[in-house]
Amino acid sequence: MTKRFDSLVANDGIDLVVEPGQIHCLLGENGAGKSTLMNVIFGLLRPDEGEMLIDGEPVWFTNSGEAVRRGIGMVHQHFMLVPVFSVAENVVLGFEPTKSFDRLDYAKARDDIRRVSKEFGLEVDPDAIIEELPVGLQQRVEILKALDHDAQLLILDEPTAVLTPQEIDALMTIMRSLADSGKSILFITHKLKEVKEAADVITVIRQGRVVGTAQPTDSEGTLASLMVGREVILTVEKEVRSPGDDVLEIRDLVVRDDRGLPAVNGVSLDVRAGEIMALAGVQGNGQTELVEALAGMRFVESGTITLRGRDITNKTPREILDHGLGHVPEDRHRNGLVLSMSVADNLVLNTPRRAPFARHGSRNLNAVRDNATQVVRDFDIRATSIFEPVSSLSGGNQQKVIVARELSRPLTFFVASQPTRGLDVGSIEYVHRQIVRQRDEGNGVLIVSSELDEVLSLGDRIAVMHQGKITGVVEPTTSRETIGLLMAGVSEEPARA
Amino acid sequence: MPEDPRASLLSRWTRRTSQSPLLVTALALILGLAVGALVIIVTTPAVLDAWRGSFHSWGAPGHAIKVTLDNVGAGYRSMFTGSVVDPPQFWHSLTTGRNWSLSLTPLSETLTYATPLVIASIGVGIAFQTGIFNIGANGQAVAGGIAGATVASMIHLPTFLHLPLTLLAGVVGGMAAGLVPGLLKAYTGAHEVIVTIMFNYVIYAFLIYTLLSTPLQLPGQQNDISRTFDATAQLSPFFGGSSGLRVNWGLFVAIAVVVFAWWFLDRSSLGFDFRVTGANPNAARASGINARVVVVLVFLVSGGLAGLAGIVQASGTTHLITGGFLIGNAGIGFTAITVALLGRNRPMGIVWGSLLFAALGVGGRAMQSATGIPLDLATVIQSVIVLFVATPVLIKEIFRLRGAHTSALQLATKGWGS
Repeated sequence: MTKRFDSLVANDGIDLVVEPGQIHCLLGENGAGKSTLMNVIFGLLRPDEGEMLIDGEPVWFTNSGEAVRRGIGMVHQHFMLVPVFSVAENVVLGFEPTKSFDRLDYAKARDDIRRVSKEFGLEVDPDAIIEELPVGLQQRVEILKALDHDAQLLILDEPTAVLTPQEIDALMTIMRSLADSGKSILFITHKLKEVKEAADVITVIRQGRVVGTAQPTDSEGTLASLMVGREVILTVEKEVRSPGDDVLEIRDLVVRDDRGLPAVNGVSLDVRAGEIMALAGVQGNGQTELVEALAGMRFVESGTITLRGRDITNKTPREILDHGLGHVPEDRHRNGLVLSMSVADNLVLNTPRRAPFARHGSRNLNAVRDNATQVVRDFDIRATSIFEPVSSLSGGNQQKVIVARELSRPLTFFVASQPTRGLDVGSIEYVHRQIVRQRDEGNGVLIVSSELDEVLSLGDRIAVMHQGKITGVVEPTTSRETIGLLMAGVSEEPARA
Repeated sequence: MPEDPRASLLSRWTRRTSQSPLLVTALALILGLAVGALVIIVTTPAVLDAWRGSFHSWGAPGHAIKVTLDNVGAGYRSMFTGSVVDPPQFWHSLTTGRNWSLSLTPLSETLTYATPLVIASIGVGIAFQTGIFNIGANGQAVAGGIAGATVASMIHLPTFLHLPLTLLAGVVGGMAAGLVPGLLKAYTGAHEVIVTIMFNYVIYAFLIYTLLSTPLQLPGQQNDISRTFDATAQLSPFFGGSSGLRVNWGLFVAIAVVVFAWWFLDRSSLGFDFRVTGANPNAARASGINARVVVVLVFLVSGGLAGLAGIVQASGTTHLITGGFLIGNAGIGFTAITVALLGRNRPMGIVWGSLLFAALGVGGRAMQSATGIPLDLATVIQSVIVLFVATPVLIKEIFRLRGAHTSALQLATKGWGS
């Protein structure tokens, strides 16, 4: 199968065979063409060449409805659920069972769901409202929906990106039981650990081509090098450094979230020069608000933030940036980039007035261009041109643009929220190395991540956050179980700064 | 974007042109003229009679078609000769060297009308690019006119001081009128669309007040009319007053504004802040751009340009202002909104859009006097063009364009969000 977008060949002669009862992993970097392939299978995109056979019968779908009728179900990375509807309503949406006079048959819908969830061990209350369910359960509803439509092949597009470690474990169990009952699963991911855990067969895609099949027994190193085409250092290489004095001091910080509820509730935290402080925790426990307050993006209710001896509490983002804070925001599309603008402009987004990019209010476009050319080369940002809009870059390269922008100006402190979310192995490795380099240059670094692996391998110290409080600050040698307990709010020792 | 070299020359040409917003605009113009033709048909009694006649006698549709084409043709011909050039007349001047002013009058009128329109539209376009919907450009232009008229008629100075000071007063007047909605939006979050619409009325009322109850009123008059501008404060016609050609030095003010706008949006740091704010306010904030300051500055720039448009209009043509200043069809501040949309907020796009709208307006008047087809036809054509430009999907469907580049078009219509 081949699919082109203009001159870009997204899928180049892909061959893929999925057997019944098999968990087939599709592994590849960001931009390798995994999602394109899935969208073609599901009828959302039309292929340019090639053929697809279901049980030996050639088919191409012109829309997703046909794919659903032929027993293909897809769970998108971003859920396609109506938040204010109940589980039952969402599951039957589009294929509603009706009684006479076109009345919805809720009883039948509920019974169907109970039956299907029992059959596959997917416990969900059919009457629960979607928006009140945790993400893991919402995903379960998506799977239920596909099964309710009698899917024989289930496509899961990056299903673990939004889940907590416990939810991931639960998902793996579900996937296994589905496969055991004869369903086929196409599992798309770029996380090696999950692949090894879940897959029966692994197909690796790179730059739109199948570059090989692998077994789950192959080492992570083998898989990673297949994905990126070169050896990848998976553990972060960093020497032990002795940290200096405190550079960031947070005292009794209270910050409210968008709804006006206290999201950060009396946090005190110190980060020393030449140290990476990793902030762990399940998402939504105040990490986002803490970092926003740090960057001047959110009002501090009480408490103080001191950076290099200067009080930056409730200062403007401009003042804080000028004081040497580098910030990689959690939501790169919302806060980090102007998608319609060029790569070059985005690389100077927060330094447009700094020499040499401007003088006397007039921009020096030559300097902006030279800077972009240099940075794109240094940071290995893959863009066809520095003048193309940053929206046309892959997610990993967009993130690199932000990281490159923040790190290519003089910093005293670097804070990054979910710095490698959605990135492929090659980019992750790169970003990690940059973060360690910041530390080695003597800057303080604060990393917020919901990926435990990242926290453990990057952090010199790990602070765990739960419901707006720090439940513990521990060494990276601490066991996962202990940290897991802290993330769940079980404090083993009194919180200390 | 590299193209497939195997594609035929024709298909490559179609592909390239179908991606150009210019083509979409040109097609919108064709559709506008087509709709206008329909309007001429259904509103011209002679045409309707001819068709009615054709139902009674079977041989007549040929006649009805001829009458239709004659009327539509005459209408559009007079529109063209009235706004651009009348070829026989022009040839006459070229061969005999006489009557040049008559030959150049249509072009002169179009340029005269386009001059303030370009300035006001650029003001509106800059605000659009920042995500600010400035509906108050007309009021700001009126305010500029009032301030400029005051300096032009009540202070007496030599030209090299008086004229710049008059124009500056226009800018300041427009800025003052823009500042109020700007401050309200920045500090209270009031939606600029509501505030600027309402503020238009405040300024109209203020105009009447100044023309009836202040020394700006022409002495000895009871009507709402201002003193006449000093000759030293007038943007005089290029070819002298005796030529009858009204095109004036305001044209150079407009050209300067276009150059300024290009520099401002493309090259200035403040313009960069504006564009970032318009494209993604959250990222703007995270990058240290102060949203409040930007909102206030946008209104100062946009209002200032609208004010300049107002005084250029008054100082270039009427040399005084009345209670009807920029009211109704003359409301360039409102036309500016559509022109900015048409020009996709870019300086050169706005220049073409202004020329097109000016030509339609000026040509419409010529058509009305030559054929009796009402001037409103020009408005119909203008509206249809804007309608199709604002909904490029329709154009794509009608002309079966594949993959026409519509994102740039949609960007231009952004800006309603608070």
